[in-house]
Amino acid sequence: MPKPVGACARGETNACAKHSIFSPPLAASPPPGHTSAMHHALFFHGETLHLLPSGALSWPARRLLAVSDLHFGKSERLARRGGSLLPPYETLATLEKLDRDLEATSADTVICLGDSFDDLAAADGIDETSRLWLARLIAGRDWTWITGNHDPGPIEIGGSHRAQLHLAPFTFRHIAEPAERAEISGHYHPKARLAGRSRPCFLADAARMILPAYGAYTGGLHSGHAALTALMALDALAILTGSRALAIPMPR
Amino acid sequence: MTTLPPALSDWFAAKGWTQHPHQLDMLVRSGDPATLLIAPTGGGKTLAGFLPTLAELGPNPSPGLHTLYVSPLKALTADIRRNLRTPIEGAGLQIRVEDRTGDTSHTQRRRQRADPPHILLTTPESLALLLSYEDAPRIFAGLQRVIVDEIHALAESKRGDQLTLQLARLQSLNPNLRRIGLSATVENPPALARFLAPESTILQADPGPDPDISMLETEAPPPWSGGGGRYAIPAILNEITRHRTTLIFHNTRAQAELFFHDLWLQNSESLPIGIHHGSLSREQRDRVEQAMTAGALRAVVCTGSLDLGIDWGDVDLVIQVGAPKNVKRLVQRIGRANHRYNAPSKALLVPANRFEVVECHAALDAVRAHTLDGEPRGPGPRDVLCQHILATACAGPFEADALHAEVTTAGPYSLLTKAEFEACLDFVATGGYALKAYDRWQRLKLTNGRWHLRDPRAAALIRQNLGTILDIDTLKVRLRNHGTPLGEVEEDFAATLTPGDTFLIGGQIVRYEGLRELTVEVSRAPGRDPKVAVFSGTKFATSTLLTDRILEIFQQDRWPDLPAHTASWLARQREVSRLPDPHSLLLESFPHDGREHLVVYGFSGRNAQQTLGLLLTKQMESQGLAPLGFVATDYATLIWGLDPVTDPAPIFDPGTLRAGLESWLSGNAVMKRTFRASAIIAGLIERSNQGRRKTGRQATFSSDILYDTLRKYDPDHLLLQITREEAMRGLIDFSRIETLLARVGSRIDLKRLPRVTPLAAPLFFEPGRIPVQGEGRDRLASEAARTLMEAAGLA
Repeated sequence: MPKPVGACARGETNACAKHSIFSPPLAASPPPGHTSAMHHALFFHGETLHLLPSGALSWPARRLLAVSDLHFGKSERLARRGGSLLPPYETLATLEKLDRDLEATSADTVICLGDSFDDLAAADGIDETSRLWLARLIAGRDWTWITGNHDPGPIEIGGSHRAQLHLAPFTFRHIAEPAERAEISGHYHPKARLAGRSRPCFLADAARMILPAYGAYTGGLHSGHAALTALMALDALAILTGSRALAIPMPR
Repeated sequence: MTTLPPALSDWFAAKGWTQHPHQLDMLVRSGDPATLLIAPTGGGKTLAGFLPTLAELGPNPSPGLHTLYVSPLKALTADIRRNLRTPIEGAGLQIRVEDRTGDTSHTQRRRQRADPPHILLTTPESLALLLSYEDAPRIFAGLQRVIVDEIHALAESKRGDQLTLQLARLQSLNPNLRRIGLSATVENPPALARFLAPESTILQADPGPDPDISMLETEAPPPWSGGGGRYAIPAILNEITRHRTTLIFHNTRAQAELFFHDLWLQNSESLPIGIHHGSLSREQRDRVEQAMTAGALRAVVCTGSLDLGIDWGDVDLVIQVGAPKNVKRLVQRIGRANHRYNAPSKALLVPANRFEVVECHAALDAVRAHTLDGEPRGPGPRDVLCQHILATACAGPFEADALHAEVTTAGPYSLLTKAEFEACLDFVATGGYALKAYDRWQRLKLTNGRWHLRDPRAAALIRQNLGTILDIDTLKVRLRNHGTPLGEVEEDFAATLTPGDTFLIGGQIVRYEGLRELTVEVSRAPGRDPKVAVFSGTKFATSTLLTDRILEIFQQDRWPDLPAHTASWLARQREVSRLPDPHSLLLESFPHDGREHLVVYGFSGRNAQQTLGLLLTKQMESQGLAPLGFVATDYATLIWGLDPVTDPAPIFDPGTLRAGLESWLSGNAVMKRTFRASAIIAGLIERSNQGRRKTGRQATFSSDILYDTLRKYDPDHLLLQITREEAMRGLIDFSRIETLLARVGSRIDLKRLPRVTPLAAPLFFEPGRIPVQGEGRDRLASEAARTLMEAAGLA
């Protein structure tokens, strides 16, 4: 029986996406070949998945894109609490990245794996430009918000809301459950170090995959942390994001 | 003139102590608003600063803070407290002296705020904190005097800029406040006096005898290149045996470690010798300092960590290994020998290579001629001003116009325009973004014409981030299974280690075993060659004064003062090519080893020569000259490539170089590092402290992301402007390239030669060669990933 996890040859290249009519004012046109040859293809429970260098997961057979921990409105939340006034551009930066990935993968199904908004007030506080942009991305797509620990309630912004979602053979949820199989989750913001630099990464073993945080201002938890080493099998891989997706044995 | 309390005069008389003329002068001038006292080390400078205070306080002073003493070193405040208490207690004066630094206990600090001592000894950082409390006006209500010690050292950094703003604040609270500045080494007394106060007078004490300073004679000539001066170890050991206590200064920690290691191997007499530098653990440094004070050590190998500090009377020789790079630092280090007034300090210079022979010679001349270097620092940095505005808001509401007026009384900020001030205030209040996102959540709000914190609870967090000293992220190094701390290494260095690598720390060779809970675990590995010995530490660039003097030495007909090996080297260069001069820019072009080479003798210091290398190779790339790499020293940049440069004019065009700089800066790591420092000081991001880092998850994210985001969405943001200014005069040092280009104008002299020239030859042995390549980093990472997967059998 073949191992469910393993690196396979780099997948087919996507045709360069046409510029969408929904293109927002601030979006730059995608650099040629941005996601095409730079992703890491993974055979996981009978399905081919593309781990994009941006941190998104593409399931080409279902035209599905999954992202986790967008943390929209993080800078606003910090400011509200009397902390630093960070550059208020992380929502725009995240939307721009998401827009590019959606075009490049032609996804018509989107799953956000929780902690999409930094908190409930951040969802209310989101500015008009970002709200319209997000609405344009949601329009015409089957869009699911998985509930996270930062954004427990429903959000008045479109899409459907679920605690978890089953799309055979996978279960999508926010926080991994140790006994689960074929599970795709987020929450931990995993990162790993390679060649002296630490980058957000996917973690994958035979049972589960954990996505990196997709939001612009998100820190990370090193893959060697006890919470992750307890969850992941010894032969797990870390697939680093960056200018191209790179797989290494998960650093412990 | 004020007079000393009789009890104190009697006590001094009983001790057989007479006052130096400059100490009496300080009493005469005690009414002056500001005095800068310049007196040699050992001249009773600090006591001179305190005499007016002791005279004014008298035997039974009324309670309240009278004098604030500010020093750059915590250790110095504790030392001064002890020294001051001796005469005060001896004469039975009822004067309370206390220090307040980061080490002072919480209870003690609270008590000091409620009931301040007569004399408070502190650092700029602790003062910033004190001034940020709501009760600051009450604490400083009766303040009469401020004494700033080692003011030249503070004036060189942002700590000094911050201090001048604090002095302006204190002056507003107490219009009659009088200021005293104390210094031993000042290159430009009027400028330092302006730094102390808008109007201050200068009191110059008798400078004492000139130091006895010379070059160390060695049997072996120095090597052609490299650093560390290890060729001179036999001669240095000989000097150690002939003196009581010797301080051996090095310019970098890595060189100090390597030298100390080799010194021990050759120390056949087992002389007690220690090592002291900033990367060693506090315990290790304390041990060396105690042994030193007890007179138990014959020598200490050290770095800038001992440039300033408490008096060690027994030091009778200072050895500077490697070119001093800066005359002022050299003079300061020489002053560490012999802290007795009217006795000359003795010092020896050890050039580490042939070029440094000339530089050491230039430095000797400069010391003898009493000229000191020092680049003017330019206007006060605005990130420091942002922090000051934030700290002021913590203390209470303020009016913008009044604060602007106050700030411009501080020397470095005297030319600050209203618009510049407003931009800083806007940044502090709203973030200063083009996208006005924080209307509801401003940090500062304007109510009835006065600015105040929107959320007073934010003050606690702001106070935690005060100060302009930035700790580099370091990791502790411990012996596995023993737990003995050896010191610290920078996080970036630790990230490059793989188990089995060896490096030097505290004079020991250790083997890297692994990382455990933010601690680098090592085991002893004696007898193995250390493969790695890197602390990135400070790399000084040679000062303009010294490079100018070197160019002057080059213009001599003969060099009778230089060692024969060096004189004949220069003569040979003159024969086959020519020596660089101050009025033109000499370029040499020659083939060597199948490659074309270009040497640019810019004499602009390491940082600027390195920037020049990056910009020139960019130009050459666009001209199709296929550059392959370059290496930079303080004096020259050597570039190699496939085709020779035949027309230098287009690649040296200032406009093109400046344009190249703009595009290069965008993704540059130096800029990101500089941005991070300014962002912390200005209050945009919080310091990462150890406690918080341990909780790990989502706590911090890289400041690089903020830099990239700002560059993309808000390229004119104040912090990006500040970052640019900082980098231009710091690590990128483009200002020196501008100076060079302005000085030489069109006089760019390209010499085409058949082979390597004598002056260029040492450049071929320089470490730190930088390859010119496009996506080098990505390629390295892919390579590393492939190796790891193969090793795990997964490829």
